[in-house]
Amino acid sequence: MVDITLTINGATCTGSPEARKTLADFLRDDLNLTGTHLGCEHGVCGACTVIVDSRPVRSCLMLAVQAAGSEVTTIEGLAPEGGLGALQQAMWDSHSFQCGFCTPGMVMQATAFLSDHPDADEQQIREALSGNICRCTGYQSIIDGVLLAIERNREG
Amino acid sequence: MKLPPVEYEAPTTVAEAVGLLAEHLDEASVLAGGQSLIPLLAMRLARPAVLIDINGIDELHGVSAADGWMTVGAMTREYVAEESGAIGDAVPLLAAALPLIGHEAIRSRGTIGGSLAHADPAAELPTVARALDAEFVVRGPSGERVVPAAEWFEGYLTTSRRPDELLTEVRFPTAGPGTGTSFQEVARRHGDFAIVGLAASLTLSQGAISDARLAFAGMSDVPVRAADAEDLLIGETPSAELFEEAARRATGDLDPPADLHGSSDYRKKVAAALVRRGLREAADCANYRANEGQ
Repeated sequence: MVDITLTINGATCTGSPEARKTLADFLRDDLNLTGTHLGCEHGVCGACTVIVDSRPVRSCLMLAVQAAGSEVTTIEGLAPEGGLGALQQAMWDSHSFQCGFCTPGMVMQATAFLSDHPDADEQQIREALSGNICRCTGYQSIIDGVLLAIERNREG
Repeated sequence: MKLPPVEYEAPTTVAEAVGLLAEHLDEASVLAGGQSLIPLLAMRLARPAVLIDINGIDELHGVSAADGWMTVGAMTREYVAEESGAIGDAVPLLAAALPLIGHEAIRSRGTIGGSLAHADPAAELPTVARALDAEFVVRGPSGERVVPAAEWFEGYLTTSRRPDELLTEVRFPTAGPGTGTSFQEVARRHGDFAIVGLAASLTLSQGAISDARLAFAGMSDVPVRAADAEDLLIGETPSAELFEEAARRATGDLDPPADLHGSSDYRKKVAAALVRRGLREAADCANYRANEGQ
């Protein structure tokens, strides 16, 4: 066990995970933040993407102990309880998702990308989301949702 | 897939890390970005007793240029290198390869040293290092030694790093005047490992090729240089016929692996196409840079 302190969704958290525990399992099992989904558990599907110190990170490929001192944002931290952020609303309005399994990873990856590229074009969005696998939609509706968020942001 | 129980050490200096390596030798795995090692642990393909996490060693981070070399600390994250203007200007081949590594989230954690120490023969960075004759600086209990890229890659996921040594930095030669580069790859999807990849660099002086470098990913158990093709190119003037012949020579003696992504013959055909494409782009880029006086 290793004692760690980190910031999750703006709140200070402490824990004593085993060294082998991934950040994903720590979030889900120790903190009950089950919005972060685990698909493949070896860094291929992107479902577990969270934001660590302003960068998108696969939480199944990072140990919880390595997040000590970091600022972590999960899907639960994007909007106030029960509400939706601007990107989430745009994706909702675009019917971006079907089963919802890949949703948190897609939203976190897109959130991290848009914060650095608020005027991204479709090609850039496709590339940014290329590491997140969705088995329902064929991706078009997801891209549409991100594009709508950009458009709304531009219009203010 | 959960990781098996493992001891965990987090040294904060290179000396401390080397001490731990000397103590645990083959029983230890060095944890850098973890983007390859953590899946290997999860799938039980690696079973170290101890993880030596070098993320907290500040001296392993950073990029600096001096005397014709760009020195990249082993723990430098791939996204940091990707965003480095210094690397873009001085080692354009490396800059071209970086965005092709995995996906954005992988490059957030993945490191330059980690990829090169992991030595996947289908990966981008080993191919760039081999093409440019990069130098690997390792530190062990008895001090530092420098290993040329030609001696670094020994086999599939195997390097000449000894169990008590830590890769501390990698030195890439900076591109001279009139040098153009190209990184080409064919993969099933963006972000996948290359079925075949090619790192190409050409230097033109007064219209003739004075230096040529070609290295393949995915064609063997190590990144491979195409020495015959390089010899052919030197002293010649770029032309489609020359590049066609270079592609023939570069791929003639290779016997690439076959897997579900492609047969051996398919890989050879792709490799030849990438040589033609890569040389054309490198030559265009070298001409452009020559005209710009770079």
